[in-house]
Amino acid sequence: MTSPKTTSQASLNATFRGPWTLLKKELLRFWRVAFQTVAAPVITALLYLLIFSHVLEGHVQVYDGVPYTAFLIPGLIMMSVLQNAFANSSSSLIQSKVMGNIVFILLTPLTHLQFFVAFLFAAIIRGLVVGLCIYLVAMWFIDLTIVHPWLIFAFALLGSALLGTFGIIAGIWADRFDQMAAFQNFIIMPLSFLSGVFYSIHSLPPFWQKVSQLNPFFYMIDGFRYGFFGKGDVSPLISLSIVGASFLVLAWITLKMLKSGYKLRA
Amino acid sequence: MSQPAIKVNGVHKSFGSLHALNGIDLTIEQGEFFALLGPNGAGKSTLISILAGLIKPSAGNISVMGFDVVNQYQQARQLLGVVPQELVFDPFFNVREMLRFQAGYFGRGRENDAWVDEILEGLGLADKAHTNMRKLSGGMKRRALIAQALAHKPPVIVLDEPTAGVDVELRQMLWEFIKKLNRDGHTIILTTHYLEEAEALCSRVGMMKQGEIVALDSTVSLLNKFAGKNLRLTLGDVALPVTIQSLVRNQEQGVFTFALSDMAQIEFVLSVLRTANIKVIDMQLSEADLEDVFLSLVGKSS
Repeated sequence: MTSPKTTSQASLNATFRGPWTLLKKELLRFWRVAFQTVAAPVITALLYLLIFSHVLEGHVQVYDGVPYTAFLIPGLIMMSVLQNAFANSSSSLIQSKVMGNIVFILLTPLTHLQFFVAFLFAAIIRGLVVGLCIYLVAMWFIDLTIVHPWLIFAFALLGSALLGTFGIIAGIWADRFDQMAAFQNFIIMPLSFLSGVFYSIHSLPPFWQKVSQLNPFFYMIDGFRYGFFGKGDVSPLISLSIVGASFLVLAWITLKMLKSGYKLRA
Repeated sequence: MSQPAIKVNGVHKSFGSLHALNGIDLTIEQGEFFALLGPNGAGKSTLISILAGLIKPSAGNISVMGFDVVNQYQQARQLLGVVPQELVFDPFFNVREMLRFQAGYFGRGRENDAWVDEILEGLGLADKAHTNMRKLSGGMKRRALIAQALAHKPPVIVLDEPTAGVDVELRQMLWEFIKKLNRDGHTIILTTHYLEEAEALCSRVGMMKQGEIVALDSTVSLLNKFAGKNLRLTLGDVALPVTIQSLVRNQEQGVFTFALSDMAQIEFVLSVLRTANIKVIDMQLSEADLEDVFLSLVGKSS
């Protein structure tokens, strides 16, 4: 009934169509609830922008010749890109695990690499879509210059890939929603709020400057902001290297977890 | 010679100190309609989970049409469609979307749509194709779950208790559809608690108990080997003579069920009762079924 030829043809199709289908499903999953997954983070970022720029504009000195509101916007965009990339892969996986429908993916011939790539790209796309929407809305408030567009793109891409990958790890590890909430509240939120979104780390005492430099979010925010103003707290190439290396390490860990079947296949 | 649909070689599985499977050997040929029976905790679902790649064996191996489910999992899973026991669904999508996704994971595209339509039709889901999974009734969700396992047209289909909690109408519709698939050449492996289903549908039966296969034979020969006739006698509140006590399988409120191998034993029971002056108030004679085999093999001490 199934000849070896048709089997190999099917597995060839599965190489491309399988992960593409999973990516499409993951994209549709967040797009179906775009009000919650795209509109809500845009509104949140906008509220931060209104409140912080109102309170701090003229009071906080950041870079020479850069108004505080302009300084704030790239930070808010990147913070939202990162948080949403994390939220996409982590919430999809924890929901599928709790609902039990992850079995539909586990029963397929998808490899661990295909699984990873599909969830990764869905997270990147969600992060970029949210970031782009915030950028478009922010343009109403202030005219932002862009000095190095490729740096903006590179940091958005690598940052969302890094957090998307971290989201996969969290989604695989967590068994319950409260464990996932702990990830969000005790790791993602503090790291993103203490990364220099709202301030330049040069305004901090030396000790806290050093501490900030241990935070990978700082390099993503700073590098992304460098793309807008051509200025930053550290060299964008250092930031790019740190973010790229962090992504490779997390991707390697994730692939190991997926290959071993950790928490997914007993 | 063609490869067997499923070949299980010395499979063991332990969860900590619990030995869920203790050396299972089993071969299911292509085109068979096979039933795997056993009480809860016998290891049926564990065996199916290993077959499906959801859990890993502690020892031994399983192949699907010659492909090892661990080392050649891509080929093995292409050939396998598994209906999970749990009623799970993805609340974001409608029935047709889910079937398209499921086929897509296996590399099937739009060319597969005709098959998807056939499944929807065969399972009575055609008018629910655009209904969100969340809005389906329990029975409809069960159909969708079966449809998803079939979406990539697998030659080997495993149904893990597909009719648990399902009404009679759906059960009949489902079995008609599965029988058609079997006629078309698909191998069907079924676990069920409804023994009459296994008896009516399956040509061969494996019975499991405490992680082992305790019987493996054709349905007909199992019935011949283990069971004969059931004699149900209503005798009232009496003490049975010792000579026939060992033949009693069940006793309830003055109704005694004797498991007997042939007509001579029936005559023997009746003559002992007559000698003991015990009056037969009512009498029923029936052929033993798979349930009797099941009970005699796994029921009593499990």
